[in-house]
Amino acid sequence: MSAGQDTSVAEQQPSNGGPLIDIEHLKVFFPIKQGFIIDREVARVHAVNDVTLSISEGETVGLVGESGCGKTTMSRAIMRLIDATEGHLRFRGDDITRAGRKQLEPLRRQMQMVFQDPFASLNPRKRVVQIIGQPLHLHGTPRDKVEDRVRELLRLVGLAPEHLNRYPHEFSGGQRQRIGVARALALEPRLIVLDEPVSALDVSVQAQIINLLDDLQEEFGLTYMFVAHDLSVVRHVSDRIAVMYLGKLMEVSPSEELYTKPVHPYTFALLSAIPIPDPRENRERERIVVSGEPPNPINPPSGCVFHPRCPRATDICKEIEPPLTRYPSGHVAACHHPLNVSAEEIKGAVKDPASPLTAGDELPSPSEASSSAPSA
Amino acid sequence: MSVSPVPTGDPLLTVEDLRVSFATEEGVVQAGKSVTAMTLMGLSRSPNARFEGTAHYKGTELINASEDELRRIRGAEIAMIFQDPMTSLNPVMKIGAQIVEQIQEHEALPDQQARERAIELLEKVGIPRARERIDNYPFEFSGGMRQRVMIALALSCNPSVLIADEPTTALDVTIQAQILLRMRELRDETGAAIVLVTHDLGVVADIADRIAVMYAGRIVEHGTLDEIFYDPQHPYTWGLLGSIARIDRPRPERLPAIAGLPPSLANRPEGCHFRPRCPHEFSKCSEVPPLEARLEGNADHTDRCWLTPEQKKELREVRPGEIGLPDKQTGVNAA
Repeated sequence: MSAGQDTSVAEQQPSNGGPLIDIEHLKVFFPIKQGFIIDREVARVHAVNDVTLSISEGETVGLVGESGCGKTTMSRAIMRLIDATEGHLRFRGDDITRAGRKQLEPLRRQMQMVFQDPFASLNPRKRVVQIIGQPLHLHGTPRDKVEDRVRELLRLVGLAPEHLNRYPHEFSGGQRQRIGVARALALEPRLIVLDEPVSALDVSVQAQIINLLDDLQEEFGLTYMFVAHDLSVVRHVSDRIAVMYLGKLMEVSPSEELYTKPVHPYTFALLSAIPIPDPRENRERERIVVSGEPPNPINPPSGCVFHPRCPRATDICKEIEPPLTRYPSGHVAACHHPLNVSAEEIKGAVKDPASPLTAGDELPSPSEASSSAPSA
Repeated sequence: MSVSPVPTGDPLLTVEDLRVSFATEEGVVQAGKSVTAMTLMGLSRSPNARFEGTAHYKGTELINASEDELRRIRGAEIAMIFQDPMTSLNPVMKIGAQIVEQIQEHEALPDQQARERAIELLEKVGIPRARERIDNYPFEFSGGMRQRVMIALALSCNPSVLIADEPTTALDVTIQAQILLRMRELRDETGAAIVLVTHDLGVVADIADRIAVMYAGRIVEHGTLDEIFYDPQHPYTWGLLGSIARIDRPRPERLPAIAGLPPSLANRPEGCHFRPRCPHEFSKCSEVPPLEARLEGNADHTDRCWLTPEQKKELREVRPGEIGLPDKQTGVNAA
């Protein structure tokens, strides 16, 4: 996906339409309380820590990161299932950060969610027609029309329409996830947030669900936010991919470029950690294994949050939080010592307005340019 | 990475014609890969289970071994790493105590020495500040750290065989890479054999010397790492290799998938179990093909498919860029 090159992440617009959802400096902190009778807040988990991102109509944004990086919290905040601590959330330009139940009601039909575990997210005591029909009832579809619509939806997701009186336990994992997708589609939403939609499924079935999501997007012009921990899964559906680590955005890139030219050392580490299913190439490949584990989000490290595990970290990384730097190719990364960028690209780089408010102004110096850069 | 050569001499562990089935409400269920691994440790015994075939460890029969015999072998000779590090450690026991318990079960070692050995083991698997952390409970560790504790526990009596059932499936990729690296190092240091159960072909390519491909309770192909990846014989193996999305290749238009669903283990098709999903099915497939060597001059590469090697060569369709077949490779690695 080629995007406007001099616009910020927040304004970036792909070919087919304006931003559907704008996330501006979003922060979600969870308080940790302690005390007897009077609860005092003793600390905060910095789950999402100043993230700015926008998703355009018809686009698919993949959000990737290790467990505990805040990706699920962010997807729930976008759905307004969790309230933001700070920052703004706009849906088609309307600020919905603090919108109440009444205001949200018409919006709910436009944004739907597919959950990770198809065994836990369908009520085991309801029939398929009730599960998929529920959102239709709630939003005022006449009773006699519901069943026809459910049949149509089942057909759309590749299930037999006769199955509408079955219970969830009569289906396999992949089929249940199809029911979850049908429920999300019922109200013809604009945005579907998919939280790890395939990670609970058998590998041979994962591809089928991803191909289905692809087809539905084409047919209905849907916008997807695809949350996953698996870089090889997101690649197939995403136009852009955002990499998150410890509540912050590390890198945002057009999807193919992320795999051929990762700029942030964290992205490179993630890619090189995936073993390639080809013994010969796997033996020859140069890999870096990052040591340690993600630090505790209660007390994130100073400067760049990745510096304690980063093989390229220097003193500046401990002190100054790197801004999101926009390179002329449209690639955005928050790193003082980027990989895979030429001297010209560094010269043309600018600080992106999507940078966290606490970030420094210093952009990578041209001496960081790499002529023969490593790639994953 | 160095690849250890296929070892010679008497095999440590042999499994022959093992068949495990369970009577359930839905019918008789045939065991898959995890249950096979557990059967070797005598962990799948239940009134509903039926066992056929044999498994020997250094001459000791495992399938019908008494509990006492198994107790001697479990942990000391054959150790197991389970898939889920969250549920396979005792939550109300300090991790050090769990390791010490296992050591003292098999060796008459005084408390202090067993504790020192436990600390050493925790250091070896890469747990920082092992001396302090030995007195922590499992809930005080992250998933990756718990899996390391599991590995330390499995290694505590220097087993000759380590059975690892999806040891990294519950972990993030960066932690997975650390654990696999550590397992390779430990294998090279201690000379232990590893039986790794996984669905991830990347992990297989990273660590295995030999591969057995299983489908619906049966081994359908068996060969060395390179044979399976570069000269696969069974249509299921082709499909499996073809459905991997490789991150180091340009992305295909559509994700290749094997059509259809795996059969229910209680209700498997007659003959070759892969038949309903196989594009090359023919009349003979209603008979069960034996697992045998069909390639000339290679008695160790076996498969369970009626097609002749010539037919297979012709029919084998593998999309370029998604599998490592040398004759169909398009480009070089992105690196």
